[in-house]
Formats: sequence, C-alpha cells, structure tokens
Amino acid sequence: MRSRRFNVLSRLDWPTLIAVIVLVLLGWLNVVSATAEADVIWDMDGKAGKQLIWMGICMFLMVGLLAVEGEFYIRTSVLQYITVLTLLVAVLIVGKKVGGARSWFGVGSFSIQPSEFAKTATALMLAWYLSRDGRPWRTLAARLQSVVIIGIPAVLILLQPDAGTVLVFGGFVFVLYREGLSGNVLLLGVSALILAVLTILFSANESWYPFLGSSTGFWWFLFSVTILGACTLMLVRAATLPRYRKRTTIRGALILLAGMAFSTGVHLGMENVLQRHQRERIHVLFGIDVDNPDADYNIRHAKAAIGSGGWLGRGWVQGPMTAYGFVPEQETDFIFCTVGEEWGFLGSAGVVMLFVFLILRILHMGERQRSPFTRIYAYAVASILFMHVLVNVGMVLGLAPVIGIPLPFFSYGGSSLMGFTLLVGILIRLDAERFSVLR
Amino acid sequence: MELNQGELAGRQRILGAIVLGVGVLFVFRLFQMQITTDEWKNRAERLTEEQEILKPTRGLCLDRHGEMLINNVPSYDLMVLPRFMSNIDTAALAELVQLEREELDRRLSKARRYSRYKASPLLRQMNAPQYAAISSELWRYAGLTIRTNPVRKNVFGIASQILGEYREVDREDMNRDSRYRLGDYKGKSGIEALFESDLRGTPGVRQHLVDVRNNVRNTLTEMDSLPEPGSDVTLTLDADLQRYAERLMKGKRGAIVAIEPTTGEILAFVSAPSFDGNLLTGTTRGAAYDSLAKHPWKPLYNRAVRGTYRPGSIFKMVQGLIAMEQGVISPRTHINCNRDIIGCHGAHTQDNLQRAVVHSCNPYFYEVMRRMVNQYPNLDKFDNARLGLGWWTERVEDFGFGTNLGGHVPGTRPGLVPDSSYYNKLYGRRHWTYRTIYSISIGEGELLATPLHMANLAAIIANKGWYMEPHLVRDIGGKGKPPKFQVRRDVGVQASHFEPILDAMQAVIEDQTGTGRRAYTPGIVACGKTGTVQNQNQADHSVFMALAPRTAPEIAVSVYVEYAGAGGDWAAPIAGLLLEKYLNGNVSDLDRERRVKGATYPLDPQFADLQSNLPVP
Repeated sequence: MRSRRFNVLSRLDWPTLIAVIVLVLLGWLNVVSATAEADVIWDMDGKAGKQLIWMGICMFLMVGLLAVEGEFYIRTSVLQYITVLTLLVAVLIVGKKVGGARSWFGVGSFSIQPSEFAKTATALMLAWYLSRDGRPWRTLAARLQSVVIIGIPAVLILLQPDAGTVLVFGGFVFVLYREGLSGNVLLLGVSALILAVLTILFSANESWYPFLGSSTGFWWFLFSVTILGACTLMLVRAATLPRYRKRTTIRGALILLAGMAFSTGVHLGMENVLQRHQRERIHVLFGIDVDNPDADYNIRHAKAAIGSGGWLGRGWVQGPMTAYGFVPEQETDFIFCTVGEEWGFLGSAGVVMLFVFLILRILHMGERQRSPFTRIYAYAVASILFMHVLVNVGMVLGLAPVIGIPLPFFSYGGSSLMGFTLLVGILIRLDAERFSVLR
Repeated sequence: MELNQGELAGRQRILGAIVLGVGVLFVFRLFQMQITTDEWKNRAERLTEEQEILKPTRGLCLDRHGEMLINNVPSYDLMVLPRFMSNIDTAALAELVQLEREELDRRLSKARRYSRYKASPLLRQMNAPQYAAISSELWRYAGLTIRTNPVRKNVFGIASQILGEYREVDREDMNRDSRYRLGDYKGKSGIEALFESDLRGTPGVRQHLVDVRNNVRNTLTEMDSLPEPGSDVTLTLDADLQRYAERLMKGKRGAIVAIEPTTGEILAFVSAPSFDGNLLTGTTRGAAYDSLAKHPWKPLYNRAVRGTYRPGSIFKMVQGLIAMEQGVISPRTHINCNRDIIGCHGAHTQDNLQRAVVHSCNPYFYEVMRRMVNQYPNLDKFDNARLGLGWWTERVEDFGFGTNLGGHVPGTRPGLVPDSSYYNKLYGRRHWTYRTIYSISIGEGELLATPLHMANLAAIIANKGWYMEPHLVRDIGGKGKPPKFQVRRDVGVQASHFEPILDAMQAVIEDQTGTGRRAYTPGIVACGKTGTVQNQNQADHSVFMALAPRTAPEIAVSVYVEYAGAGGDWAAPIAGLLLEKYLNGNVSDLDRERRVKGATYPLDPQFADLQSNLPVP
C-alpha cells in the first residue's frame, strides 16, 4: 500500500519528540537527585548510571523505530500481541517475585518487566483489529472481541498481581469511546466512581444507627439510597406522560437495582477481596482513620516533600526530604515528590503541563490521520500516558490511593523507559507516513 | 445511535477537555499544597530539621563574701539507643544498674516505644561515684551511652529550705511558660525559683538536618545562636554563720534569723530541723523526699518565715517604745507590780521602764498598754478599747509586725496583730474591753509573729528607730541590689526613746541576775531580751532577741527554740554564740557551745528516735 519515497526526518512530529526528550532528561536529573548520588553520576553501578545506560539504549531504539517502515508495525501487530501474552504467562511461572508480585524476568543484574511491553502490544493489536475493515464497531461481536483483546493481558497482569498496570488498561475505554462506544459509558463510569466512594465512606466506621444499633454504615446507606431512589422514581413517574410511564418505571427500577448491587459489590469487595494494605490505602485517601499508624506513612511524607517546595523549590539535589530518604520509592513511583520539593510549584506545574501538552499533541496527531490504524493507535498511546500521569501524580498529590505505577519517561527503570519509547516511537513513525496513506 | 466519522471526531474535544481538566486540577492542587498553605512545609521541617538546644550554664549562688553556696556539677544519665539493643543480657544489666528486672524491662520497652533511633534515658542523674561504679562494664552493652548533664550542688548542704530545689519541669510548668520543654529543669522553690529568670540564662540553638534514620546530615548555621549563661546571684547570707547556726540548732525545733541592721540583709536564716538539700537531687530524691515529707517535725517547712509564734516578752520593747512616743510613760515612770491583775516573777515591787524590762514585769506592761488603749477620757470603756486598739495596731504595724515582711522570700506570712474588727468578730461589737484582750500587752494572746519579724525588731532597736525590709539578695549578675531593698522605713519613734530600752537590754545580758546572762560574751557589748512563751501542758518556747555591738550594731538576731524552756536557758546562749561567731569569727566559750550542741528539744521520747532518722548533714 501507498509507500512513496519520502524523507522521514522532514515529516517527524518534532514537538512530540522534543517533549519526550525533555521529559527523559528532566526525569534523569531527578533520578540523580532522588538516589542522592550527585557525586557518583558516572558510576555505572549506581542507579543514575544505570538509567544513563538505559537512556542510551532507548536512544538507539528510537532511531531504529523511526527507521522501520510503519507497515512493519501494522503487520506484526498480532505477532507482538501473541509474543507478549506468552511472556505474560511465562512470567507468572518463572518470573522472580519482587515485593509480592511476580512481574519480573531476571537477567543478570538487569530485570525486564513484560507488562511494560504489553501496553504497546495491546494498543497495536486493538488498532489492527478495529481498523481491519472500515467500521467494525457496528457488530456486537466486534465490541466483545475488542474487550477480550484488552481483557486477556489485563487479567494476566492482575494475576501477578499488579493492580496499577491493570488500571492503565482501563484507559482503553477512551479509545473505544472515540471509536463509537456510547458516551453513556463514561457517565456510567463517573456515576460508579461516585457510588463507590460514597459506599466506602459510609462503610468505613462503626457507629450507632437507628434500628440497626451499632454497625458499619453500609446497610443503613443502602437502605437510605433505596428509599431515596424509590421516592425519586415515584416523582419521575408522576411527571412522565402516561404512555411512557411503564418503560420509565422499569428502567428506573433496573438502574436502582443495579446501583444497589454495585454498591453491595464494592462493599463486599472492600471487605473480602482487597488485601489489608490496599484497603488501608483507600481509607487513607479518604482520611478515614486506620488502625495501622504507618498506613499513611508513605503518602504523608510524599505530600510533605511536595508541599515544602514553595514557588521555586529547594534547588536540585538540595531537598532534604528527598536527599535524606524520607520519601519512599522516590526514584520510581514517587519521583514526582522530588520534582515538587526541589523544583517547586513552577517546576512541578511545568512538568504537569508538559505531560498535558504531550497527551493533547498525541490526540491531535491521532485526529489528523487518514489511516484508522494510526488514529486508533494514537488514541491508545494518549490514553496510556494519561492513565499513568493521572494515577501516579494523583497518588503523590493525595488525590488517588497509593498505586504503584511509574511516571512515564521520568521514573527510574529500564523496562518502563523502553516500553514508553516503544509506544511513542512507533506512533511518531506511523504519523510521519500520514501523507503516504490513501484513504 | 450510529454516529458518523465527523461526529466521532468531535469526541477528541471531549477527551482533550478531560486531559486538560485533570492537568488543571493537578496544578491547582500543587498551588494549594505548595503556595497557599504552610502545613506540608511545616511537616517537612518537623521531619527533617532537628533543633538542638544548647543549654546555658546556670548562674551560681554566692554568699555575701563570694563563697559558693550553689554551683553546677556534672551528673550522668545512662542513655539507651534501642536500635542497637537487640540481644543483651538484661539480667546482668539489671544487676549492674541496680534496678529490678521488671523495672528495667519496663524502661527499655518505654524507650523502644519512644524511638528506635533517638536515645532515651534509662537512669537519670547518677553522681560521679555511681557513674564510676558502672562505667567499666558499659562496653559490654551496645546501645548504652552516657550523657552528662549539669546539676546543682549545694556546696555545704546548708540553707536548703531557702535555697530551694532545682527540678525537672512538670506539665503545668510547660503550660505556663512555653520556654520549658520536657526534660528541662527549673528552680521549683526558694532562691532557685525566686531568681529563676536571672539564673537560667538564655539557651542557644543549633539546627540540624536529619535523615530518615535520625542521623545528623547537615547543619543550618544561619539559624544558630550561642547560649547566654545565667547571672550569678549573690545572697546576703554568711555561709559560715549559717552553717554554724544550723549546727547549733541540730536536734532542736525552731528558727534563727540574723540581720545586718543597717542594710536589712539577712545573714543567717535557719529553720530547724534542717537537712542536706543535695539529698533531694538525683537518684536519692524519691526516698529522701518521702522521709522528709512524712517526718512529724516537718523539716521541709520553713519556720523562719512560715512559723507564726507568739513573740512573748520581747514584744514588751515595742510597748515601751510606742508608749514613750505617745507620752503615756517616761523612762522615769514607776508602776506597781500588781500581781492581782496578771502574774509576774522575781522579786520587785515598783519598777521604772528599765528595771521592768530587766525583770520582764508583766503588770508594768499591762498598765502601759492600758494607758495607750484607754486614751479617750470622754468615751466608755468599749469605745475606748475599740478606738485605742485601732491606734495601737497601726503603731505596731509600723514595726513590721502583722505585715508581709520580707515579702520576696517565698512563703512569708504576716503573722497577726489583732485589731478592733478582729475582736469584734471574735466577741461581738461592744462586747470587749481592754480587760478582755490584755494578754497581747506582753506578747501573748492572739499576737503572732515569725522569727523574721522578731529579728527585724532587734534591727529596729539597733538602728534606733528604722529598718530596711529584710532581704536575701545583694547582687544579681553585677547589676547591684534591687532599689526596693534600699528604702529606709521609720517606725515613728524618736531615737532618744531607744536609749533606756538599750540600757535595759544590755542589763538583761550583763547583770549578774539578768535573764539573758547566758548570752554574755566578754568583750562584746550586746543587748538582748529573753522571751518565755507559755504552752499549755508543755514546756515553754525559749525565745531570745539580741543585737551587738551596742554602738554601731553589726548584727541583730532572733532565736526561737520550740518547747525548750525559759528564754534564758537555750535561746540566749545560742544567740550569744552567734554574736560571738559573727563578730569575732570564732567561739571562746567551748563549754557553752558544747552545752547547746548537746541539747535536744522538744523533750519527748517519741522524737528522740526520729531525730536519728533525719537526713541532716
């Protein structure tokens, strides 16, 4: 199809590439600071040095990715996807256990995390599947198959278990939305979130309730919601034209029942499915007292580090919270604390806005494609980056529970850096070919 | 439901808006955390900055000659760092530090709860010998260190009630004054408390940056300040005299106050039984405090300012002086010793003022006060008593009686000079006359005074009509004496009236038959007056007041020995010895000294045992 001679360099989307390079360099500076090794940057055994090696590798990887024709990625989508699924199964069997999760292959002193590559492969697979024949979204089968494509790697990763990465897979809902999924799905998601938060808040503490005595507030909450919902339904019914009444009543009742079932599910899930530390993290987020005094230790120190930054921050490698080990996991998942403490409001807000710019730019790239494959892939890339920033920054700012996923391009770690390089590199190459594609 | 491609492209804007919205939310949150509130910044400072308080050296307490009364000596706290205390032999450690095994375990777990990385005290305030006993074994136990701390040492172990205690602050102190923190010390009583703000100095600070394991990583020099040592306080006490006076009072109950008449400076300030204040510090405090607090003789009670006693016959000096000033008698006035009205002693019939003082004639001073009180010929005896007593009370209060004399000394009491309203309350209005209240004319009855009031009376007589408020401080940090202690107060009696009184008091000591004969020291012209204060069913209180030398007096003293007998028997020789000690520097009459030192009062077999249990120096 459609390949003409063209100079890839002249068609590269430089804003995206430059934004990525800036993020990687800023990230490395913060890794240096966070590992308190400013004087041993060039020591290749230190984390800053290792990250430098990874950056070199990723530079070559990026050049390589840009040199390969886009058609190659499209054609190998299925193969990549299957390879990644194989790796995800393998890691469950032979992976090494780090921090309770079997997510890593150990190769010498380096470790590889296949779930970082699963995102790219799933994005490619989804793009390939949805762009096969024009407008596949019409059939129910296609919709279900899309969900399966996303679901298989997500379930395998959930088995490791790595809840954070699974959450990232949830971001694919934005891709589906762009491709025709009803907007009600997003509304449903928001409503579910609100209902879940209310359920958790009401269920958290035992206290005295009318008719129930001392108990958790859950049943009382459920009861009140039912009564309120029923009353609302009656009002709505009275206000509806008679011929629509039956339909409205049935739908309303179904929504109400579904809501109650969901709320019960959340409650039981909190009590029975989540592990103790996960439950505590959620409670900490909502300011609910937990028995374990160390439960909010991480987030308390993380917030203290960010909050102490002021306008301009303490200066590079000058932040005591960072330098003296108060912030946990500070070179990986909590790297944004170092930004906040040492670069202050201007620096950290700048980093946030740079991410926003990058994601919006990628959405823009997606919209300017003639090829549906590239468009869908671009939306997948944007969604993945968005979910990472949302969960990671939200976590350190105390707006989301503590969920360990890296900040793209920033966090220390070779797999993560390579995974994101792969993700973005393929997109830039595909985008560069946009004029070569025939509609 | 099917949307065309154009409509779907519009969804980019919705997704873009979500991304931008989240970005703005994060920036807003960052602004809130970093700019609008200091909450997180303060939290980070609490975590990373540790303030080391550099304690200032506490000021010393010196006596009037510059001799040290209280100085600072090191004490040793045994500190434990729980991080290193993993597998130690607690049984052996318990034996080494002489703690019960359970108590040691309790303290260790308390330290562990406090912090694994910060040291907690295991044993506080060991003195040098206690430290020496365990220091050679400490290396066996990882995590045990020694921290030295200055504590107060009462150099001679004297004047403990008045020098006071220097102790760890309690919650109340910290609430009242935020400069005190847990583990700080402050003066809790006596001089230590009175001059706390001068003695304590100003602490310095050093700011450290610490890491998550509480290791010091850096120092923030711009915030640092050096401690300023506290001011030395020079007291008016004479250490030699004080120590000697305490020695003389050993085995007795009572008080001694000696004053330099021209300045009002207190030279000696004894409340007996006394104790060694050093026992109330460090590891011995608990047991010593218990035994002192439970002792029936109440050694913690400062009798010199809190003991209110009937002054007895020494009060007759006041009566004579104000009567002369009012003109109701002159030195030549003779009054019948009419023993039908009030009892008397000795063989005399019609004395003048001087002889009445020497004989301590009760009817004489009954009549003197009657004339002062019943001074209004036109009124009946009730109004006369009421108005006359009112006038009399004011005259007596000019001598300091009934007032909070030496009010800066902690715990002073005013005593009692009863006035008309007092008796109105006691008996009812117009239900009392002079006949009702005459006991106060001879210093008995309702009249109450502290040994400080009595010494001040001797000072007034020595000065012939004035005094300065008795006080304990000569100098604070080189700034001199506070001016309020340099105000001369007149008692309103002209100087010439004091001559017959002084003549009489000299005769009390120098006459062969004088009641104060035992206060006599060859070569010293002293004036004195005995008092024998009667107690129902018990021995009398022995009282003496003296001043010397008669011309240009240097010392005025009052001695009060409870339940010891006649004033001349015990109080007088004690006063004599003190005068001699102060004026001559040594004591010549060793028999007199031996007799006094050997005496124990009150004579109660119950107390004889207790005496040996008292932790006295």
